Amino acid sequence: MSELVVENLTLSFGGIKAINDVSFSVEPGEIYAIIGPNGAGKSTIFNAVSRIYTPDAGTIRFRGEDLLARKPDQVVDLGLARTFQNIELFENATVLDNLLVGRSSKVRTSWLAEWFFSPEVRREEYAHRRKVEEILDLLDMQAHRHELVRDLPYGARKNVELARALCAEPKMLLLDEPASGLNPEETTDMSFWLKDIKEELGVTVVMVEHDMNLVGRLADRCMALGNGEVMAVGTVAEVQANAEVLTAYLGAPAA
Amino acid sequence: MQILFKTHYDQDIDHLAIRGERLRILGALALALAAPLLIDSYFVGELSIFLVYILAGLGLMVLIGFSGQVSFGHSAFLGIGAYCHSVLLGQGVPFVLSLPAAALLAGLVGAALGRAASKMHGFYMAIATLAFAIVVETILGEWTGVTGGHMGLEVPPLAVFGVELGEPWQQYYLILAVVLFCIWGVANLMRAPKGRMMIAVRDSETSARSLGVDIARVKIAAFFVSAMLTGLAGGLMAHLLFYISPDTFGINESLKLLLMVIVGGVGTITGAIFGAVFVTVLPVAIAFLRDLAPPSLADVAGLEQFLFGGIIALFIIFEPAGIYGRWRKLRLFFETYPYYKRATFVRQKRYLKTERFK
Repeated sequence: MSELVVENLTLSFGGIKAINDVSFSVEPGEIYAIIGPNGAGKSTIFNAVSRIYTPDAGTIRFRGEDLLARKPDQVVDLGLARTFQNIELFENATVLDNLLVGRSSKVRTSWLAEWFFSPEVRREEYAHRRKVEEILDLLDMQAHRHELVRDLPYGARKNVELARALCAEPKMLLLDEPASGLNPEETTDMSFWLKDIKEELGVTVVMVEHDMNLVGRLADRCMALGNGEVMAVGTVAEVQANAEVLTAYLGAPAA
Repeated sequence: MQILFKTHYDQDIDHLAIRGERLRILGALALALAAPLLIDSYFVGELSIFLVYILAGLGLMVLIGFSGQVSFGHSAFLGIGAYCHSVLLGQGVPFVLSLPAAALLAGLVGAALGRAASKMHGFYMAIATLAFAIVVETILGEWTGVTGGHMGLEVPPLAVFGVELGEPWQQYYLILAVVLFCIWGVANLMRAPKGRMMIAVRDSETSARSLGVDIARVKIAAFFVSAMLTGLAGGLMAHLLFYISPDTFGINESLKLLLMVIVGGVGTITGAIFGAVFVTVLPVAIAFLRDLAPPSLADVAGLEQFLFGGIIALFIIFEPAGIYGRWRKLRLFFETYPYYKRATFVRQKRYLKTERFK
């Protein structure tokens, strides 16, 4: 069974159709890339799946559950975590605290118990920290543990966001341009981590990405969008060879 | 400067893991406990007022500093706490029930206001809370049957389990215990998941939501805790004032609390304490200086407000992190002397944020 099934998704802002009748499905354990020129509707799909936007028509099912019946803060309970294109971190908190917020969906203690900091709160806190340390270890970020996010360079922030999403123990990650703004070395690191995440943690990855080199190295399948519609789906090579995709990126060949 | 070599999660979780911090807090506690022995009873009363302001400021700090919501109406919760407590005491309800009841009522009213305000931001929220404070002040003034209206209400004497605590030092210790309990509770919240959720809502609602934080709930709960603490402060304050009237809890009082939080240092518990020092000590200092100043200057009307406002303006321009921020720099200066460099606290370049999905 497919992990994520999107059918006939349509979403418009006023008179502009951001996505029009888009259908696709993502299989468990794969890395699925969404590419397309600016304004093609890539991020809009992400925002619809994570319920920030409500689509006008269509269905979104994740592991058989109807996502549209969920509130934005309940999506992560199903095992769907995401990152943002322009980094949405808690800037005035430490890296550790940011990652611990990633554990929010696993918190079971009440306000009252936390006011008194009962032994149970402490026990849970240990468990959260253990998980967070695993992720810090995986992404090689221990050195930044107690730094404030606002003091970190851009590349490190990207990693913190990825780490924070992983702390929610997701089954699927939605990554909105994981490599944008990274230098070639950082991009290479990112591609290794994404491979690790896929292979070691068994997390399905859906990513929007412009770096075709990265997409070519990682993606099992790829979908090209243009003007809110699906242009092509297939392996990266197939999509890159598709005539419609070439036209969208490079313009029509001279007659 | 002590560098903590961490070998256990507890060293991150426990309060006051660093020795210097522990010594400072112990010193402050010892001083607080010994104070009634060292100074005369008039100043013990002043010290009690200072403690009550710490509590009220702590309440507002939870809202502004931790959950990122602004309130121009916290005097209303002070008023609700004070009136509810006094009225209940007047009905013969014992102190140990009436004070928590007053705090709870303030908390519930706060939660209701929070529910309405949880979808608002910035200016709209400021106006809504301001309007709320005016409404509460009016109700306190007009509901003469219960509150005694603008004539005011006499606060029954303070008695716990039948033991009357009439002396300033007795009241001081009672208030100190309540305030310490609340500081401890808030500090606990801030090292637990709920505190981090508040910070998350403050810094980025969008990503907090996508990580499973129910934003509206956290905001309402923050309002509840905040209003409850301030209501508690109101109940205690009533005993120090002996006589309460609606205009005690007017907009001026709200602004005073707001200034405390900003001048003390937004976003830290210590900031609320430093802020309370500022609002309780400064008027006394100004009055003292007025006696020394030549009459031409001393008789100027509105001198207090002028100095008050001036100091706040200077803080906002030169030290937005408040007294707490200044204190941190001073400490670092001595700890790292002679290697202190100003650049440590210079903000790094900030990066673009996504347009928020409001």
